[in-house]
Amino acid sequence: MTKEEAESGRDDMVIDGDEKANAVPEGFDANYLRIYYGKLFPHADMFKWMSYGNDGKHPACDRSYIGRREFSFTLENDIYIRFQSFNSVTELENSIKEKCPFKIDIGPVYSVDPAKRHAYAQGGGDNVFTPVERELVFDIDITDYDDVRYCCTGADVCLECWPLMTIAIKVIDTALRDDFGFNHILWVYSGRRGVHCWVCDGKARRLTNEQRAAIADYFRVYKGNENSHKKISLPGPVLHPFLARSYTEVLKGFFEAKMLPNQNLLSCQERYEKILEMIPDASVASELRGRWQENKRASMSKDDINLVRWEQLKSVLQSGKQKTQGLRRCVEEVVFSFTYPRLDMEVSKHMNHLLKAPFCVHPKTGRVCVPIDPNNCDEFDPTTVPTLSQLVKELNRGGLRQDAENEWDGTSLGESVKFFRTSFLQPLLKSCKEEIESSYNAKLQQSKNTLNW
Amino acid sequence: MEVVQSHRKSSSNNVIVSTLPLYRSAPPLEVRLEDFELFAMDRLRVLKGISDGLSRGKKPEEMEKLIADLWKAHMRHPQANEEANKDIISHFVLRLVYCRTEELRKWFLSMETTLFRYRFRFESSEAQRALMSEFKLPYKAVSNAEFESVKDKLGQVARSMGQTLVATDAIFYKVPFEEVPELVAGRRVFIHKGHAYVAMNQVVSLVVTQFRSYLSKALILTNRKWTSTVREQEKDRMTPIVEALCTSYLGPDYSQPSEVGEISLKDIDQISKTSFPLCMRHLFEKVREDHHLKHGGRMQLGLFLKGVGLKLDDALAFWKAEFAPKVSAERFDKEYAYNIRHSYGREGKRTDYTPYSCQKIISSTPGVGDHHGCPYRHFSEENLRVALVRMGVSSRAVEDVMDKVRNRLYQNSPRLWMNLALLCQFQESNDVVNKQGVQEHNVAEFQGQAVAVSAVFQWGNLNF
Repeated sequence: MTKEEAESGRDDMVIDGDEKANAVPEGFDANYLRIYYGKLFPHADMFKWMSYGNDGKHPACDRSYIGRREFSFTLENDIYIRFQSFNSVTELENSIKEKCPFKIDIGPVYSVDPAKRHAYAQGGGDNVFTPVERELVFDIDITDYDDVRYCCTGADVCLECWPLMTIAIKVIDTALRDDFGFNHILWVYSGRRGVHCWVCDGKARRLTNEQRAAIADYFRVYKGNENSHKKISLPGPVLHPFLARSYTEVLKGFFEAKMLPNQNLLSCQERYEKILEMIPDASVASELRGRWQENKRASMSKDDINLVRWEQLKSVLQSGKQKTQGLRRCVEEVVFSFTYPRLDMEVSKHMNHLLKAPFCVHPKTGRVCVPIDPNNCDEFDPTTVPTLSQLVKELNRGGLRQDAENEWDGTSLGESVKFFRTSFLQPLLKSCKEEIESSYNAKLQQSKNTLNW
Repeated sequence: MEVVQSHRKSSSNNVIVSTLPLYRSAPPLEVRLEDFELFAMDRLRVLKGISDGLSRGKKPEEMEKLIADLWKAHMRHPQANEEANKDIISHFVLRLVYCRTEELRKWFLSMETTLFRYRFRFESSEAQRALMSEFKLPYKAVSNAEFESVKDKLGQVARSMGQTLVATDAIFYKVPFEEVPELVAGRRVFIHKGHAYVAMNQVVSLVVTQFRSYLSKALILTNRKWTSTVREQEKDRMTPIVEALCTSYLGPDYSQPSEVGEISLKDIDQISKTSFPLCMRHLFEKVREDHHLKHGGRMQLGLFLKGVGLKLDDALAFWKAEFAPKVSAERFDKEYAYNIRHSYGREGKRTDYTPYSCQKIISSTPGVGDHHGCPYRHFSEENLRVALVRMGVSSRAVEDVMDKVRNRLYQNSPRLWMNLALLCQFQESNDVVNKQGVQEHNVAEFQGQAVAVSAVFQWGNLNF
């Protein structure tokens, strides 16, 4: 529910003085947005996506399907309308163009058209108004990493800390495909400081809340806030294959090559204390502390001081002398606590959670929520994502076009729409069609069999 | 009637478990009316005993013994087939008693599932396999060839849980991961391309999930049938017995909040120091300090304040005033007031939400920036100690609490902790913990406010 989303501390911690987040960026206003919805927003693609192949062309299509999907609009002046539903692409497009919502959220597919919900009971009984399908979604926000990044805080993001999102994508995407067997996964830039993930396989859409919670828990490693000390606990003599793979393929390399030196995690006492705090053995911690306090100024080699100290820490903790399991595991725990993805569990656990639609424009940054290619996520740069004003300028420069249909093609948005279509939408629709056909054929076969005597 | 006969098995506790019914259909047996009630009462003693054991935080081995003892004490019958009948009949009678409300259904479901889980574990592996096929579980035994290819990963998973994989007699089943959410959540299985590789000893989880899901649906159907037809039909025979069973064992009904007194805004500060349990006190202090709380904290504290008698208008004034340094009045009205009114049942589907039970609070998952949850569970040892000392708990009592927390006894009667806090305000020198380890105090001894607070918490704990 957007209200809850808004209250979860994301947008409401703005205090006077934080001008950067508050200021309306150049050119974000309802008029520009109107042009965007008029010429650039991919209404038809979004509609096709949400229909999941139920376009009426096959006898087995469920014609009520798309009309049972909830959309919600946040209008100018924070007016918020829920339970919007549409039966055709024209209805969807006209409603968006007319209302010009600052934000569009997508909710679940309900048992009945949300517009008719008052006629049905809630909770228990046969005639209920309840979610029946919803993509498996994830929301990762960089403000949840504020305790491990020193370059920015709050709503800011830069190229130093953005890679934390990149590795989160890598870890989760690999697990969704290899472990859970999902194929139709869309990663989207949230417009300011995070990423969303939409898992659209039929199996994913039909998961119950309990099953979603199980997947979220499978991904959960970081458990903490300022009240607890040890936020990562990796018990057991070895790691689960999922954690081990994430560590060796993604986290370790990133931590040692990028995060340590870029964030200067061991360069000064205030920072290295945080890491020393994670070592359960006080004598080991003080041994390292002693060494580092001595060598404060001496530069022993040309190598980055963070890397040098990390090697020292590793060799002390992983040396043969250490008897306790906990100590050897400590190195991984440090790496995990800095780099492992921090998901918002509540977003994933409930079918009725509303999530912002891709291709919306973020009202505070003016940036479009464009898809991210998980296979090339290293290349993604949040600071160069097209903005609303930039796109409108491009449109104006482009002049009149013959083809009023694909106006986005001549703009910076073109790449994103094309990627959305070829890498995500087309394979998804193909698979949906196949599913519809094969279940139809199976039913036909079944009824043939029962008729045979 | 579906009854699975397994061979008689003698465990080291001298418990002979001969049948494990799945309760799929009501037995077409003739039941004497007296037996109707007696059987149900015996089974209820078993279920209550289980409930008690769980809330005391007993470990699995202890629960195993407890359940075996309870069953032996109450459910035995000299004739084996009579024992099976009693088992089935008592289950179905209790379904009638416990189907009426969501709260009752939840409790019954939880206890019956626990009972089933442990009884299943007592069964031999052949019997277990037979039961699995009864459930028509979509599992496939893993072929030798496939086993070889995933053996390493399976071993890794086992070792990550501190177990070893004995390759020679390891039987694994391949199931769609959605069938075993518990195992997935705890990362206790290897998952590949949507399939989970479940060890034989984890099969219990599979089966129990099925049992639970079936019983959950059955209870709703039972409720419907009861209210629509049976209750009226049976009003001269079964109905009075069923209703008597309900009231005699359910204890006080705290679902009527009107019994609780009221709290006014000016008293809140004082009361928070004298009567709030630690979790609420922490939240209260944080909101005073930060002039903000994230959603989880607002719900936990907000509903608690409602439960102890803070009226809606006072609640709105309280939160608005607290947030004022950070949130303008207009913004408050726009972004927060609606949800507060919603909690009080004035918006949306108008549910009069009730405060969270300790169970729910303990099992919540506070994340970055959150302050809700149960301090005995979620705080680090150091922070918990500091919080207790600040409350004025004597150092000996603090150590005692820390000891219990370390042994994960926070699940043992959360009233203890609240009582601890209250007691420490008034009687520091008292020996709070007697030799058995737990002493339940009558909180009504203390000020009226304390009674209000504790009433909310007692009701939150399902103590029937």
